Amino acid sequence: MLEVKKYFHSVTLDEEKCRGCTNCIKKCPTEAIRVRKSKARIIEERCIDCGECLRVCPYHAKKAITDDFAKLSEYRYKIALPAPSFYGQFKTTYSRSDILAALLKIGFDEVYEVARGAEIVTEATKKLLQLEKLKKPVISSACPAVVRLIQVRFPSLIDNLLKLESPMEVAAAISRKKAAETYKLNASEIGVFFISPCAAKVTSVKAPYEKEKSNVDGVLSMQDVYLKVVAVIEKNMGSEALEQAGYAGIRWAGSGGEGLALGTEQFLAVDGIQNVLTILEEIENGQLEEVEFVEALACYGGCLGGPLTVQNAFVAKTRLKKHIDKAKNKAVAVTVPRHDELMWTLDIEHRPVMKLDDDLDKAMKKLEELEEINEKLPGLDCGACGAPSCRALAEDIVRGIANETDCVFLLREKVRALAMEMMELEAKMPPVLDKGQTNGKGENGTRRG
Amino acid sequence: MSKSIQLHFELPGNDLNLAGEASSKVKKTLNQLGLKPAVVKKTAVAMYEAEINAIIHAGGGTLTATIDQESIVVVVRDQGPGIADLELAMQEGYSTASEKIRKMGFGAGMGLPNMKRHADLLEIESAVGQGTLVTITVFL
Ligand SMILES: Nc1ncnc2c1ncn2[C@@H]1O[C@H](COP(=O)(O)OP(=O)(O)OP(=O)(O)O)[C@@H](O)[C@H]1O
Ligand code: SF4
Ligand SMILES: [Mg+2]
Repeated sequence: MLEVKKYFHSVTLDEEKCRGCTNCIKKCPTEAIRVRKSKARIIEERCIDCGECLRVCPYHAKKAITDDFAKLSEYRYKIALPAPSFYGQFKTTYSRSDILAALLKIGFDEVYEVARGAEIVTEATKKLLQLEKLKKPVISSACPAVVRLIQVRFPSLIDNLLKLESPMEVAAAISRKKAAETYKLNASEIGVFFISPCAAKVTSVKAPYEKEKSNVDGVLSMQDVYLKVVAVIEKNMGSEALEQAGYAGIRWAGSGGEGLALGTEQFLAVDGIQNVLTILEEIENGQLEEVEFVEALACYGGCLGGPLTVQNAFVAKTRLKKHIDKAKNKAVAVTVPRHDELMWTLDIEHRPVMKLDDDLDKAMKKLEELEEINEKLPGLDCGACGAPSCRALAEDIVRGIANETDCVFLLREKVRALAMEMMELEAKMPPVLDKGQTNGKGENGTRRG
Repeated sequence: MSKSIQLHFELPGNDLNLAGEASSKVKKTLNQLGLKPAVVKKTAVAMYEAEINAIIHAGGGTLTATIDQESIVVVVRDQGPGIADLELAMQEGYSTASEKIRKMGFGAGMGLPNMKRHADLLEIESAVGQGTLVTITVFL
């Protein structure tokens, strides 16, 4: 299905719709977008799939690659994994079990709540924090966009990441195993589908950084699934037995949910990519060592504010609260897994995409050039050159992917200088045409007066 | 002859909003040069503490970072009140920060000890009434 490249990412551009404005280039936290020939271009290896550009584009020209619903037909037994944020999309007339039952109606054979996976991850995290000496503050790896941001911009914080499987992966592994055992199915007959609030989760399935292969077979956009579910959902259609998760897991959908579930006072929850940048910067400067756990989510409002959700984060939060309150009356037992079974099997690597050159000497030389060029640029950060700032253009020039004359101001200066030069040249007459040098033999041809 | 890079910043003494900006820019440069994450981290912590100290205790100053093939050297210079008893100041928890500064989250008395822990070499010259010169070296 989806082709996986060296640096796969799922945010892409709809060429038709893109008008080449500068909204997205300015918002990108890794300066991964340039406008070329009136179209936005994503520098693949820099994109962290945070979805900021999806949100800011006035022409809706950025989209996330997700799987088509038709992919369900490739499998005999289909399992739906709704992200906790899914519940926040519906009117509160419908209970959580109604939503889950509706999923069974649109083509799934089974539903396993990712919220349940979240509760298991919470238990494993508690144990890990207790038993092992981790570098503080421990930074949650729940949001793949944040993990990738760290890979690209804060490599020194890789050691602080919580190297535990995500709730989605845990949910996928458990439900797949159970289905295989109960119905005697081959692995290839089972299709596990995550209902995703974001592009970042798509990438974490298609190109996982923490393991060789994801347990999830397909990622569906929450918007797509929402449309199918609203068409069939009815009040009281679901029985409570469908609800496996308690309130602690559901709460993961919003900012602070993961941290609250841990029951530690010393946690910090931050949401929204710009706020996350600020906090990561502080951690890198050694300012937050007294904090035990940092929950960082790329979207404002947490996953409820994900770019593929239907409702805005504020409405969704109010709705989710109803589900949380209702679930509070219900006790759920979490079978505590061994935390070491949930550890990542691959270690993630630094993605040094900001590096100017592999050779330090050359990198220094380029940096010097960069500074010199930057001095010449007007410092207006106007974006007309297609780069997010003057400095970014200077960087592109030393990387060899842009020219000084891409800057409209430098271009104008150059044109003016050229015009001046032309005027000067024009004033100088070549000897053959110069009046003073005539040899007196007739005057045929051009002669200026 | 191998190259070196020098970055220079003025540290304004009256605007805490700008505190940390010089460190942040130096850090960005270190990443562009492709230096090891561990080296960047050590430099970041030590440099940030020195920058903040110059801003909150000495009314600002300058920060100069020099990077060559062997090391990063960050010099933070101010013309503030100076440190009377350096040994005392180096102790964890020692701080003369005002209540106002503490309310802003500084003044735990951890800055200098942190600097010492993260820098490979730390030199501090200070004279009362004249100012302070902090030199942080981190080897690549
Ligand atoms: N540049 C400076 N000029 C004058 N005094 C300084 C300077 N740097 C440090 N000091 C003195 O040394 C003390 C200890 O500094 P240190 O950085 O360890 O702690 P702090 O700045 O008070 O608190 P923290 O760094 O934890 O926010 C300061 O309270 C101050 O009295
Ligand atoms: S905060 Fe949630 S929805 Fe947003 S990118 Fe991260 S995981 Fe996806
Ligand atoms: Mg200090």
